[in-house]
Amino acid sequence: MKKGVFTLIENTELVPGMHRLTFSGDGSGIVPGQFAEVSVPGYFLRRPFSVAGFDEGSLTLAVRVRGEGTAALCAMEPGARLDILTCLGNGFDLSLAGKRPLLIGGGSGVGVLMPLCRALTEAGAEVSAALGFGSAAESFCVNDFVALGATTAVYTADGSLGRRGLVTEALRDFEYSSVYACGAVPMLQIIDREAAAPAQFSLEARMGCGFGACMGCTVETVNGPKRVCKDGPVFGRGELVW
Amino acid sequence: MVNTAVKLCGIELDNPVIPASGTFGYGHEFAKIYDINCLGAFSIKGTTREPRFGNPAPRIADAPAGMLNSVGLQNPGVEAVAARELPELAKVYHKKVLANVCGFSVDEYVEVAARLDREDIVGWLELNVSCPNVHGGGMGFGTTCEGAATVTREVKRAVKKPVIVKLTPNVTDIAAIARACEEAGADGLSLINTVLAMRIDPAARKPVLANVTGGLSGSAVFPLALRCVYQVYEAVDIPIIGMGGVSSARGVIEMMLAGAEAVGVGAANLTNPFAAKEIIEALPAEMRKYGIENLADIIGGAHNG
Repeated sequence: MKKGVFTLIENTELVPGMHRLTFSGDGSGIVPGQFAEVSVPGYFLRRPFSVAGFDEGSLTLAVRVRGEGTAALCAMEPGARLDILTCLGNGFDLSLAGKRPLLIGGGSGVGVLMPLCRALTEAGAEVSAALGFGSAAESFCVNDFVALGATTAVYTADGSLGRRGLVTEALRDFEYSSVYACGAVPMLQIIDREAAAPAQFSLEARMGCGFGACMGCTVETVNGPKRVCKDGPVFGRGELVW
Repeated sequence: MVNTAVKLCGIELDNPVIPASGTFGYGHEFAKIYDINCLGAFSIKGTTREPRFGNPAPRIADAPAGMLNSVGLQNPGVEAVAARELPELAKVYHKKVLANVCGFSVDEYVEVAARLDREDIVGWLELNVSCPNVHGGGMGFGTTCEGAATVTREVKRAVKKPVIVKLTPNVTDIAAIARACEEAGADGLSLINTVLAMRIDPAARKPVLANVTGGLSGSAVFPLALRCVYQVYEAVDIPIIGMGGVSSARGVIEMMLAGAEAVGVGAANLTNPFAAKEIIEALPAEMRKYGIENLADIIGGAHNG
């Protein structure tokens, strides 16, 4: 865990209700799959967000507007200075990847897979990315995965972009050596049940502290209660009691 | 040179700052980011006889200047705390902790307290008769004079270490409960636990917390907590750990002027993991600002006569 002050340099609404916030500040030391917690002025608890990109001088967060705190954050203008905790949670285990990792993201779960895609590609893996959205109008970041060199397929519920159907169809459409997934729980449950390779899941949770102190975000696992913020947010196949 | 040392039931503390139970786990997460030996002491997560998962999610909600929790005493059970958590803690922390004890029956309080009483690292037993998030235990004992006194009396018979009873503000007359604990043999009191509260999601038209209600903590409760400490100080002669919404060195001084010998810091640890350390570091300058040389001299200083 690191605590720092970051300056908002870009606030882009990718699709209605989904923002990409880019900050200048110390983004070093982050492992793909870790998250960040932003202190939003006027709100007591920090808000946890996926890290969609980072380097030594910047941090990019994928933020879905869900309530008043996230709405206030997404209304901020470049130049705003915010207190952010980084390097939170365990992150993905890249050693499971094998030659052909398959990344499966649903909706706002797509963001956290970007730094993973970059890291796996740089490590020489042939990455496939399956991105699921409700419709073409709700899709975002598709070209970012293409630009990172991933074989990218989009799945929409209404067929308005890419293939029609659930993103979990990717388990049949691709050959893969591992699966990394983030998205809605029903999507993760299907992958946990049906994947033909090792898999890891990144969970979302309503959190109190974000670093393991308050026990606010605990989930049941086969190894007993685990904190999403500290023991996760990434869990392995067969570990979660859904 | 100002002096921040205080005494709590005969044990000297370098300073009065004590992270409150449930906001500091067993210290491990904080020990990774600062040397927790700077603390006066701290109170471990509430411990019961059996392991507990706690309440269903969601069990956290934001609030104006505060937060609600309905965690419901998640803990690995007293044997795991004694066998695993406390020995791990002893590797990085060389002072005493308050062992926060909770139960669903008087027997359970006695058994858990007696077990933790044997641990060297435990300096005090803090009886949590005030958790608002469990049913059939916790606050059930702390809302009547008789219930609080019974738990206090029975635990006192079974242990050697000082017994501090943690009180709930969710009562009509907190001073009466405090007196009942003192008469039953309590060595000290800590107050306040969280304030029973709720939030509603207007879109879903449902309570935000799965448990419907939770405990409010954070800055929002500070003036209420200060009032409780002030009233209880007038009613008893045993030491008080004042807590509830303290987030600054000024808050520590206010609590001590109201009558606290030591001061708990709770929700502030969750929004700023360095909060307790920063408050301790800010204390000397804040004392000088108000002309305080010995912090212990100001305890109860806001009371007339």
